[in-house]
Amino acid sequence: MFAVLQFPGSNDDRDMLFALKSVLGVPARLVWHKETELPPNTQGVLLPGGFSYGDYLRPGAMARFSPIMAAVLRFAEAGGLVLGTCNGFQILCEAGLLPGALRPNRTLQFICERVWVRVENARTPFTSRARAGQLLRLPIKHGDGAYFVAADELARMQERGQIVLRYADASGAVSEAANPNGAIANIAGIVNEAGNVFGLMPHPEHAVEPLLGGGDGRAILGSLLDAVRQRAEVRA
Amino acid sequence: MNSNEPPVDLALAREHGLSDSEYAAICEILGRTPTFPELGIFSVMWSEHCSYKSSKKHLRELPTQGQCVLQGPGENAGAVSIGDGLAAVFKIESHNHPSFIEPKQGAATGVGGILRDIFTMGARPVASLNSIRFGPLEDPKHRYLLRGVVAGIGGYGNAVGVPTVGGETDFRSCYRGNILVNAFNVGVVAADQIFRASAAGVGNPVIYAGSKTGRDGIHGASLLASSEFSAAGEEKRPTVQVGDPFTEKCLIEACLEVMRTGAVVGIQDMGAAGLTCSSFEMASRAGTGIEMDLDRVPQRAAHMTPYELLLSESQERMLLVAEAGREEEVRAIFARWDLAVVVVGRVTADGRMRVRWHGKQVVNIPVDPVAARSPELDRPAEEPRTLRENQKLDLAAVIPEEDPAAALRELLDSPRLASKAWVYRQYDQFVQGGTLIAPGGDAALVRVRQEDGTATHKALALAVDCNPRFCFLDPYVGTVAAVAEAVRNVACTGARPLALTNCLNFGNPEKPEIMWQFQEAVRGLSDAARALETPVISGNVSFYNETAGRAIDPTPTVAAVGLLEPCERFAVSSFPAPGLAVILLGETRAELGGSEWLAIRRGLEVGSPPLVDLEHEKRLIALLVEGVARGWIASAHDIADGGLAVALAECCFSAGTLPGVGVRVQFPDVLRPEAWLFGESTGRVLISTAEPEALLRAARSAGLPARRVGETGGERLVIRGESGRLWIDESTEALYHIWSRALPRRLEE
Repeated sequence: MFAVLQFPGSNDDRDMLFALKSVLGVPARLVWHKETELPPNTQGVLLPGGFSYGDYLRPGAMARFSPIMAAVLRFAEAGGLVLGTCNGFQILCEAGLLPGALRPNRTLQFICERVWVRVENARTPFTSRARAGQLLRLPIKHGDGAYFVAADELARMQERGQIVLRYADASGAVSEAANPNGAIANIAGIVNEAGNVFGLMPHPEHAVEPLLGGGDGRAILGSLLDAVRQRAEVRA
Repeated sequence: MNSNEPPVDLALAREHGLSDSEYAAICEILGRTPTFPELGIFSVMWSEHCSYKSSKKHLRELPTQGQCVLQGPGENAGAVSIGDGLAAVFKIESHNHPSFIEPKQGAATGVGGILRDIFTMGARPVASLNSIRFGPLEDPKHRYLLRGVVAGIGGYGNAVGVPTVGGETDFRSCYRGNILVNAFNVGVVAADQIFRASAAGVGNPVIYAGSKTGRDGIHGASLLASSEFSAAGEEKRPTVQVGDPFTEKCLIEACLEVMRTGAVVGIQDMGAAGLTCSSFEMASRAGTGIEMDLDRVPQRAAHMTPYELLLSESQERMLLVAEAGREEEVRAIFARWDLAVVVVGRVTADGRMRVRWHGKQVVNIPVDPVAARSPELDRPAEEPRTLRENQKLDLAAVIPEEDPAAALRELLDSPRLASKAWVYRQYDQFVQGGTLIAPGGDAALVRVRQEDGTATHKALALAVDCNPRFCFLDPYVGTVAAVAEAVRNVACTGARPLALTNCLNFGNPEKPEIMWQFQEAVRGLSDAARALETPVISGNVSFYNETAGRAIDPTPTVAAVGLLEPCERFAVSSFPAPGLAVILLGETRAELGGSEWLAIRRGLEVGSPPLVDLEHEKRLIALLVEGVARGWIASAHDIADGGLAVALAECCFSAGTLPGVGVRVQFPDVLRPEAWLFGESTGRVLISTAEPEALLRAARSAGLPARRVGETGGERLVIRGESGRLWIDESTEALYHIWSRALPRRLEE
């Protein structure tokens, strides 16, 4: 059972739910941000994209104070799998579940387009269906997506394999030209040190059907599904 | 009376934009001099913007009925059946004046307003389009306006989670003093769940929900939208409202939720003229009255007067009438979304609007004369003296094109024809997960979902079009062409066109030549909609697009909505692969009047616009729908601005994969080359297909001119005349570079 959090201003909540339920065929439900507990059988938590609290003050800055976030913090600390896309990534950074921050795009404009991202670490619960070096075609749509982290922390993250996705060109080269938003080191997605919390700017939930522009998002959501099933088996 | 209120007299009425006879009518209706708030109410309700007084006589000519029509004009938006108990609800509306004064907020609130018109009907907004027009980009002011408008549309649409999937961006010197921002939205609802804006049921509570009321936007409808701009237009900036997409998003969810409870009798957004217009219209539709207590209205500012409270156009506010006794149910849902919600009044039986403030009655007006019996004018119309002169074009005297390739490059570099990716890249095109064809195609295509999220096999095809140069040269033909193009674009995806909405943008209707343009455009809209069996189910008129006496060219923006089912089979607009046959449907004539080539390469904006044969269009649409359904059409692209050469180039620029797919075609040289290459004969579509024989056979039996002209493949665009003479031979990558850099180059460098 997956919990898709619904903050006021969440936009991709219904799309995430659709991707999980209708496309991947797994049970999932929306969880209102004013709840104080996750549903008892929660195996994974997804923070969807959107503009929680209108992105006023700073994207994610207010949503982190929503009552449900205390439960998410406990869930993550206990090793639970948490995935945040776009605004969800921003909330996870603001909540301190992930290092670094997301700054306004260097063009200062909202960007919506399909981009290539290269899988840098395929040994996470969110990328196990991909190979290291594999390219995924995913949409991005954000105004504040330029990931930033201090140089020393970045070096540590690199050593620990916390960099999961980087923007690349169609040939797989990680270049400045392939960096849509000015993210440091072309970073599109990261995990926390423990590897159970994943944040990414691209939208896997909008790339689950070839009819609608590609199915590469399944590599990510499917990996999460595999990880949850594996954990369930281990427990059983 | 409030001690700060000015005494009401004829002079004050004139300041409010009311005519002497209108003021006399008001005094007669009331049997006394109106109070200050009452005067304000009449002035907005009888403004051009709210009352359609100059246009309604003519709008009655439009065909509004059809088999699929569930709701025609008269409600917040129109609705058509899309089968299986579902309905599409749509409308287009202008926000021109505010966007010129404050582009970002003006455009943003335009999007917000049209969204409310849709979800007020009970429909979840699923896709937006827009039609935006500016002066030339050489003018730094218009670069600023374009940036602001795009940021406003994106900033609002992206945050509310409704994808912006298409539209048009145009540049023309006539918009130098008046830009156009027309916003379209379509929503989906169960056909038996459509809500109407009616204040029925005596004793039912009138409920206010959403943002608090402030002093913003007072007289936006009456003074801003219903008069010409003067040079001092910027003084009107305070009449522009400020949008809050976050509240709108919460309001959408809360309203859809509350409507599902069955407790709502009627609902209307507080748009132009705010609380006044919404309550009058709801009571008028139900034949009831309303009594309201202004002290209960949630207020953003202190010491607001009745006048301000009634006329404020603060955004993101809704007025609901609920079943008596179910107030708590309604309140709980809005409260869950942290939105203000309060009972401000009751429905009454006496047909009067009675408003109290600080314990005193400040308004007491019969509803009907204000809302339904507003003035109707029959303004004089006269053909502009320059019209015939402008239509003259001696083709023999036009110097032949000396370098067709250079002409193509120049056309692709012109802002009107260039790639609009710089614009739509700033819009969320993917949210709601249904975008089958994103911006950049002939029409957008969006898969329909049920409210519970399950996908259907239906998709809505959406297009918006108008060529203002054609309308300038001949408003009747230009409008017919706009309808034909919008409908053809929808059909290019394979969808069956269902219905239209329109936004009629014109100058000052008090001038006979403007009124003539308007009447001609309505006549064209009516004839074309009737012939193509696409009724006009909603719309909006925007007059007074005029600054310092200079009016915009007539711009009747037409949006068409079509249905594709099953949606898994559709045609894109660019060549999907090499090795496909290229077929040209429709007839190419020696028509260069009003063409982009003539304007850019010869500096002439003259001639008659190309002929539109509506019978041909009908057959063409039928063939496109059948051809896509049967798999005979891999891609279909309408030939419009810039003609065949530009359309071919666009077909080569398949999204994402450079250098795209090249093409080699050959045309007969019975016409002069520029007529083939750059003429804008209507009713033509470029097809790529793996089944050329089947398509040609079907075209022949439908009586449609069709000819196989070449094949896709390679990395060059090669166009030859029949005798083999090379007209154009260019690398698609080089052309793509010109086309895709044209806007960024002007806006960023």
